Amino acid sequence: MTTSTPMGFGRMHRKEDARFIRGRGQYVDDVQLPGMLHGAILRSPHAHARILSVDTSAAEALPGVKAVITGETLAGLGLAWMPTLSKDVQAVLATDKVRFQGQEVAFVVAEDRYIARDALELIEVDYEPLPSVIDARTALAEAAPVIRDDLDGKKDNHIFDWEAGDRAHTEAIFERAEVRVSQDMLYPRVHPAPLETCGALADFDKVTGKLTVWCPTQAPHAHRTLYAMVAGLPEHKIRVISPDIGGGFGGKVGIYPGYVCAIVGSIVTGKPVKWMEDRSENLMSTAFARDYHMTGEIAATQDGRVQAIRVKVLADHGAFNGTAQPTKFPAGFFHVFSGSYDIETAHCEVTGVYSNKAPGGVAYACSFRITEAVYLVERLMDVLAYELGMDPAELRMKNLLRADQFPYTSPTGWEYDSGDYPRTLALAMEMAGYDKLRAEQAERRANGDRRLMGIGLSFFTEAVGAGPRKHMDILGLGMADGAELRVHPTGKAVLRVSCQSQGQGHETTFAQIVAEELGISPDDVDVVHGDTDQTPFGLGTYGSRSTPVSGAAAAMVTRKVRDRAKLVASAMLEVAPDDLEWTKGRWSVKGDPKHGATIQEIALASHGAVELPEGVEGHLDATCVYNPPNLTYPFGAYICVVDVDPDTGQVDVRRFIAVDDCGVRINPMIVEGQIHGGLADGIGMALMQLMAFDEDGNHLGASFMDYLLPTAVECPSWELGETVTPSPHHPIGAKGVGESATVGSPAAVVNAVLDALKPYGIRHADMPLTPSNVWRAIQGRPIRTDLAIT
Amino acid sequence: MQITVTVNDQPYTREVEPRLLLVHFLRDELGLTGTHWGCDTSNCGACVVQIDAVPVKSCTMLAVMADGHHVTTVEGLEKNGELDPVQKGFTECHGLQCGFCTPGMMLTARWLLDNNPDPDESEIREAISGQLCRCTGYENIVRSVRWAAEHTCTPEVSA
Amino acid sequence: MQVPARFEYEKATSVPHALALLERYGPDARVVAGGHSLIPMMKLRLAQPEALIDINDLRELAHLRVEGGELAVGALVRHAELLASPLVAEHFAILIDAERVIADPVVRNRGTVGGSLCQADPSEDLAAAFAALKADAVVTGPGGSRTVPLRGFHQGPYETVVEPGELLAELRVPVRHGAGSAYEKVERRVGDWPVAAAGALILIEDGLITEAGIGLTAVSAPGFTAPEAEDYLIGREPVDAVFAEAGRRAAAVCNPHADQRGPADYKRHLAGELTRRALRKAARRAAED
Repeated sequence: MTTSTPMGFGRMHRKEDARFIRGRGQYVDDVQLPGMLHGAILRSPHAHARILSVDTSAAEALPGVKAVITGETLAGLGLAWMPTLSKDVQAVLATDKVRFQGQEVAFVVAEDRYIARDALELIEVDYEPLPSVIDARTALAEAAPVIRDDLDGKKDNHIFDWEAGDRAHTEAIFERAEVRVSQDMLYPRVHPAPLETCGALADFDKVTGKLTVWCPTQAPHAHRTLYAMVAGLPEHKIRVISPDIGGGFGGKVGIYPGYVCAIVGSIVTGKPVKWMEDRSENLMSTAFARDYHMTGEIAATQDGRVQAIRVKVLADHGAFNGTAQPTKFPAGFFHVFSGSYDIETAHCEVTGVYSNKAPGGVAYACSFRITEAVYLVERLMDVLAYELGMDPAELRMKNLLRADQFPYTSPTGWEYDSGDYPRTLALAMEMAGYDKLRAEQAERRANGDRRLMGIGLSFFTEAVGAGPRKHMDILGLGMADGAELRVHPTGKAVLRVSCQSQGQGHETTFAQIVAEELGISPDDVDVVHGDTDQTPFGLGTYGSRSTPVSGAAAAMVTRKVRDRAKLVASAMLEVAPDDLEWTKGRWSVKGDPKHGATIQEIALASHGAVELPEGVEGHLDATCVYNPPNLTYPFGAYICVVDVDPDTGQVDVRRFIAVDDCGVRINPMIVEGQIHGGLADGIGMALMQLMAFDEDGNHLGASFMDYLLPTAVECPSWELGETVTPSPHHPIGAKGVGESATVGSPAAVVNAVLDALKPYGIRHADMPLTPSNVWRAIQGRPIRTDLAIT
Repeated sequence: MQITVTVNDQPYTREVEPRLLLVHFLRDELGLTGTHWGCDTSNCGACVVQIDAVPVKSCTMLAVMADGHHVTTVEGLEKNGELDPVQKGFTECHGLQCGFCTPGMMLTARWLLDNNPDPDESEIREAISGQLCRCTGYENIVRSVRWAAEHTCTPEVSA
Repeated sequence: MQVPARFEYEKATSVPHALALLERYGPDARVVAGGHSLIPMMKLRLAQPEALIDINDLRELAHLRVEGGELAVGALVRHAELLASPLVAEHFAILIDAERVIADPVVRNRGTVGGSLCQADPSEDLAAAFAALKADAVVTGPGGSRTVPLRGFHQGPYETVVEPGELLAELRVPVRHGAGSAYEKVERRVGDWPVAAAGALILIEDGLITEAGIGLTAVSAPGFTAPEAEDYLIGREPVDAVFAEAGRRAAAVCNPHADQRGPADYKRHLAGELTRRALRKAARRAAED
């Protein structure tokens, strides 16, 4: 499948695999420090309740318990509340009330994890249960209990109203459109559920005043800065080490109360304190995703030319507004919802509300809510096709942006960089044998075949690589990334980057970027990441930003080194720099290619005694900060084929064809792996991942027995294709791919199932399309998937 | 109580509490952190090890139940400096990304191949159906196991 | 990760030893075999036994053989062993069907037949499969052994007739030559507990059904079965319309509860649909024999 190491881009085995296949990765729970203690968190059983008292005396008396920390303890230190990434505050340990089931109430530090867990049983908390807001659609009702009475003067559960696009123009188009179709749809609350849960190991050294935190964070530098801001510790005395991470998918971006508790625990006890959440804690309290109640409307001509889209969203943000997204965009990048189509105008309104559920909102490979946007527009396109009696592929082809329209400014203000959408869709249809599939479907329907066949399409445009610092920041931190490259005297290199891999293979691809630009083997490049004392500042890995931002930084810093090498070479070769030309790995004299120096020779000379030109410092090191001029816009066309048993409601995914265009591919093997993973996410979200709440706010998907993730059996063998449209503004033309498939695939699966159900006159049903939901949809009574099934 | 467990051909005698889970015995007592854990309910399979050559979920077994038995963990797959074909297959076919499910997947794959040296795609998918991977969409895990099946007799293939 | 509370642990070396230990520790002791139901409950602290009696070494409970016209399945037989048994495949396709969809291959390596039945989960697959086969359970106690029809073994959710101080020793299933059997399950995802499932046993002589067994799980069918639907089948032709009517009658005795696997009407529908499918498959297998 792979070949020998390429001198740059191309398929190569991953450098990180050598340790992982031997069980020698080092994840946070693998780190053991001398004298280390263990923490455990007591959580609220109620969705909404006043705390009357907390009695920790029995827990404190248990042998082996070293400390019990409560909200009151933290309040004394000014740490009971912490800022969220959306400029709200979140309780670290509850003081006044608990606001969701699973909220953190007390933290025990003990000699081992078993004793810590035992001690939780001994803490007595007296709660006064309060009425709760579970159904987001009731959050703004006058009678709704006010969740955030901790906020001055807060009398309701409203967080924000936000809009984008041209309201007047959109209304005018809708006014006179030949066809108007409206559809309510829910993108339910889901959880990224990486296989490794969250955790932290904090070690505060009282003598040096240095705090070291091992934590599987996707954004180690942002964590360091926030800890400095929250805890008032000097930032240079904080070191965040993000070791190997067992998957992140956006769930490991934020700072969770457990991390702060581990830090406080270490400060209080003077020992290293490790806290690892269990799976229920992970599903109940850390970053969920989506939870968008959407009403989409599409206006079109009778012959299927789409003219406008408008959408109203009720966004359930949970008990604290903790979404992680650039400050200016409270609904993330949702307003890219006009998708891949040539649409005259569009408008959206988003209202965010509090509910008695866990905080979060942006996680799970969503590219800052582009999953919601793509799902909306791709469902609307199918709804329109249904109403017009048109083939959904034909409708899409008719409305896709054409290659000559790029760069394209969308109705909500995005500037798409490059693309040739019809080519990509055509390739997907060819790979699928689209016409043949439709013929098979028609034949089966004509024969009255009980087993229903469905074909679903989705075409997505992503907007990733956040982002230009004039538009984008998180809590005031600009979204530029640093990189630092050192070429040692023997020509071997070390690249230090600010982003952090959670499995994406950065140690390989980033070495390949340096290799490509410097003409050395990727084997000769080590990539250092995940340690804030060892790497330059940057905002981390999420929103598919590693390659678009840090990858660009890596290319640019290597070019800086190459330029320096040119000056050194000119001294070595005693020619003017302008007389030199670069061939991969070597500067040589123009017209005299034999007269030159390899990068290894130049590296040695740069550290040696060669007399250097005026102003050239020597050595081959450089740093750079890359501030992206624009986002990048990967895109793709997906086709899913399903078989549905209408008598049981079971769905089998027969085939899945994915053609992705992510611009230049650094390591196609890794790109394909990223896509595979995202496609499985689509199967999971569309068909099984269910996080509902009963009327008391009990979380009904709080373990892997109830929150079902797809296995190898539900996934088909993925069929991948590619087109390559380089990004014109990215140094190596790459667009990023980490989240593309997660963004694009759910709509294809849902569209396929609903296509299968078309003979029953069903236009829409909400995810997840579990057997019971499909069967009930056929009965005309689809299930409300955010609430308990009754 | 005192137990003796042979792990990767090495006997270990330890005094343990009856409630100590096997996964914690391996990780915390023996320092064999290649065995991971990912859930509490035996659904994810990150903790799979072999007991007497059969894969089991070590988060759902007490260390005392392994007394007198042979345990193989990911650290024991490599023999005399030679990687198991399954380990090579995972590297060759990009069968891992974050690496968290990988040890458990490889131990089940080893067992599958020991009992069925030439499994087809659906047999491989069924064998690993009690183990979750959140990164690979399983495609390359299946290919990795197939690769191992095809290269079992040629251990010199470079990784 | 969640961890159990403290308990005492004893490894039984023989059935009498196990019974003596049960007597010594009293009703707060639990027997552990595969542990795949009990240990997760203990980690979640939903179960906090004071002592665990480990019976994994009791090879005398791990037998799987045909004797006296009956299949004897020791309580300690692992799911994987039942699934791999040629003897079982020859006579009881229903058990193979059911085992193939119980949990996952790795759990099946450890989990036991007896453990599953004694856990008495109202969604247990084997309860329905053995109910369809009209199996007997042999329970051993200080005063000797007693035999209980499987259909009367479960007394309610998580309750069985096994008293404190007793052990489930084996299941006994009559071998019916020429019979066909099958198990049909709808699950949300592979490895999940059933939304609903149905097992069927059918014996056909001279073109008419002479014996029928129906097992149902996850739908609150009393005794995991539907006797009225079984009676209906006797003497009728093994045709689809008959199976569909039996399915309707089976569904009628169910009293399913809504949960996140599905609403009650759906589960009741499945009880009928899956009974019909299992009967049809069982009849086909009987014909092939």
